[in-house]
Amino acid sequence: MPPLFPERASTMAYRVDNLYFFLLAITAFFALLIAGLIVFFAVRYRRRAPDAVGERIHGNLVLELAWTGIPLVIVMVIFVWSTSVYFAMAKAPDETLNIYVVGKQWMWKFQHLDGQREINELHVPVGRDVRLITTSEDVIHDFFVPAFRVKADVIPGRYVSIWFHPTKPGRYHLFCAEYCGTRHSGMTGEIVVMDPSEFQAWMSGGAPEGSLASTGAKLFADLACNTCHRPDAQGRGPVLDGLFGRSQALQSGETVTVDEAYVRESILNPAAKVVAGFQPIMPTFQGLVSEEQLLALVEYVKSLATQPQQPPTARPANGPAPGENTPVKK
Amino acid sequence: MATLLSPPRHYLNDGYGIKSWLLTRDHKRIALLYLASVTVFFFIGGAMAVLIRLELATPVGDLVSDETYNKLFTMHGVAMIFFFLIPAIPSVLGNFLIPIMIGAKDLAFPRLNLLSWYIYVVGGLFSLYAMIAGGVDTGWTFYTPFSTVSSTTQVVPTALGIFVVGFSGILTGLNFIVTIHRMRAPGMTWFRLPLFVWSSYATSLINVLGTPVVAITILLVAAERVLHFGFFDPSVGGDPVLFQHLFWFYSHPAVYIMILPAMGVISELVAAGCRKPVFGYTFVAFASLAIAVLGFLVWGHHMFVAGESVYSAMIFSVLSFLVAIPSAVKVFNWTATMYKGSVSWETPMLYAYGFIGLFTIGGLTGLFLAAIAVDVHVTDTYFIVAHFHYIMVGGTIMGYLGGLHYWWPKISGRLYHEGLAKIAAWIIFIGFNLTFFPQFVVGYLGMPRRYHAYPPEFQVLNVLSSAGASILGVGYLLPMAYLIWSLRYGRIAGSNPWGAVGLEWTTTSPPPTENFAQTPVVTWDAYEYPAPVETHVA
Repeated sequence: MPPLFPERASTMAYRVDNLYFFLLAITAFFALLIAGLIVFFAVRYRRRAPDAVGERIHGNLVLELAWTGIPLVIVMVIFVWSTSVYFAMAKAPDETLNIYVVGKQWMWKFQHLDGQREINELHVPVGRDVRLITTSEDVIHDFFVPAFRVKADVIPGRYVSIWFHPTKPGRYHLFCAEYCGTRHSGMTGEIVVMDPSEFQAWMSGGAPEGSLASTGAKLFADLACNTCHRPDAQGRGPVLDGLFGRSQALQSGETVTVDEAYVRESILNPAAKVVAGFQPIMPTFQGLVSEEQLLALVEYVKSLATQPQQPPTARPANGPAPGENTPVKK
Repeated sequence: MATLLSPPRHYLNDGYGIKSWLLTRDHKRIALLYLASVTVFFFIGGAMAVLIRLELATPVGDLVSDETYNKLFTMHGVAMIFFFLIPAIPSVLGNFLIPIMIGAKDLAFPRLNLLSWYIYVVGGLFSLYAMIAGGVDTGWTFYTPFSTVSSTTQVVPTALGIFVVGFSGILTGLNFIVTIHRMRAPGMTWFRLPLFVWSSYATSLINVLGTPVVAITILLVAAERVLHFGFFDPSVGGDPVLFQHLFWFYSHPAVYIMILPAMGVISELVAAGCRKPVFGYTFVAFASLAIAVLGFLVWGHHMFVAGESVYSAMIFSVLSFLVAIPSAVKVFNWTATMYKGSVSWETPMLYAYGFIGLFTIGGLTGLFLAAIAVDVHVTDTYFIVAHFHYIMVGGTIMGYLGGLHYWWPKISGRLYHEGLAKIAAWIIFIGFNLTFFPQFVVGYLGMPRRYHAYPPEFQVLNVLSSAGASILGVGYLLPMAYLIWSLRYGRIAGSNPWGAVGLEWTTTSPPPTENFAQTPVVTWDAYEYPAPVETHVA
């Protein structure tokens, strides 16, 4: 017997399914009610003589109000319920295990913070809040894990966040759910949910290039970013230490919160939002850095967020920023 | 003496030869030109659906290549939506019936009406050219940046075809609006109009207001492909999601362009099938307008997973729930109309039963999609595919076929074979449910749409669906055969074979070119039974 109902392997799966069952019950009730009435009337009032006509009934205001009002109340209940679940879906918890995802025609690339890279397979521990920060190299893709009831478009030029809390070890389908060209149906993979200890063992299995932030640091030097963005406030560009997560005043008088998207934009389109007190002299790196290199640079800038404020013993040099509970590199 | 021997003059024998058809200004002949053309596109789109279902009978992609498969579902969508579902009921049944139903000689602008058909044909030729020249693989939704930078297929000719055919719909809509305002017979007040006219009026409003937006959008895609403007290209500051806003601003109302005329047809079928006024006439009439207005405010529910902000998602969700209400009101009113009616079991009524049942399921599953938390899981899966086929095939095509059967005696002057027609209606109903019901299940399981190959555990449900599609295909071929057969061999219908009221049943079948010997003066409300009965003339 093939499955008729999807597996439930995340906390959200139960919340979505409860609403789904309620909707199914509503649907079954009204569909059977209408079908039953049609069959009953069609038989009970069937035409008995060729020229028989029906009774002249034009309507009934009470009935009209009832079948406007009752469905209205029902859909508003569904709306409130569904929106509350959706808000929980949309807002990731504060402490998450962060993983970067890059979609491209036709594969999924995953980048763990401590340097592990995967293609079309993602290993995550059971019982942790996992947050994926996704982007696309080419067209719009969509990250869909039915067993978790999560789905989000992966959009070029944007960072879209998805989070889930796996509850059951196992292997689950990952589909690209937004049509993306010839081999769209081949853009699939698996999410491997592991016990935490197994996951730790898997993570320590090898990350030859070092952490993502350290890759970013290397790139930062290779691209000579450090000639202007110096830690001592003497450079021609803003100091990046302690910058991430802060609110930053701009030349235009506006302010911006320094998040992943702002760092990305400032590398690719530096003139868009210039920091107050600086000249728009930075060249664009559009076409010079790949999406994955961008992620490494973003992660490096993130890693600088707390260095000056924290005593050196508090965290390892390339450790996680506040609000992120990242497995420490072994 | 000669006049006694020759058959009565009517619109079909008022001039023979190809020129009398291609240069006609008679709304009834133009309706038949449309009938022929939309039928061609229906069978083109249907043939592609057959290939799609054959491919999906097995989990591996083995019948056609992935490239071909992608072109098949794209062109299935383009042919069915832009060249069949949107024009079918307004251009065929609306064209034929609206002037007759309001007691007019023709539409307000007969030449413009003919021009609409020629524009339709030109648009159709562009799209046929695109199909023959290699096809297009973007999906009927043309999402950027895939359609603008990635696809290497015939995007521009297809886009031009859709751009052009849009004007056909705009002009027809304009024609209907002016006609309904200005050409009503003496005494035919707004609230004496048949409900089909109301729903056609609401549809025309959407057509006139919405279609220009998709025309511009599709032109932007073509311009971006050819001239690289960058509206939708993030690397030069554009936004690919902007396209989705523009596209769905039209394409969601387009769903109502497809379903509202069918709702109008169902109101007529139910009234005639029960020989009774439609229950809550004013509520049904205003529900059409409410759907047309609210339908413009819900496009964002197509984009809940497309990076929409949580608050705009919330607004679009609540508006989407609201648009369900007028649809529910219509369903309840149709059902209530049957109470104490003289309820017929003839073919048109079978289609009406089928419509109400299938539209109810299609409408209720729409609630799953308005509920954001559930939509996140089911959007872009077969659940969506099942939902909109319940609305468009279970709704619009049921309405179209029901209407075609109901008015066929008026259009052709002949009766079709009732027994065969009943069998076909049952085959279509059963085939339809077997095709699309399993898709709800496989969609909730997580099978994404537009997949050429799929994991093996989804196969059983897909085989059921493919089996249903083969039954549905037979069901659609049957009416094609017996309706054509009836043109020559069907019994003479007489002016009112159903014993129905409505101005169209007061004139002869087929009607004379000018519709009525004398302009009718209306002194009664719509659906007032008993009618002056003039039943089957054999």
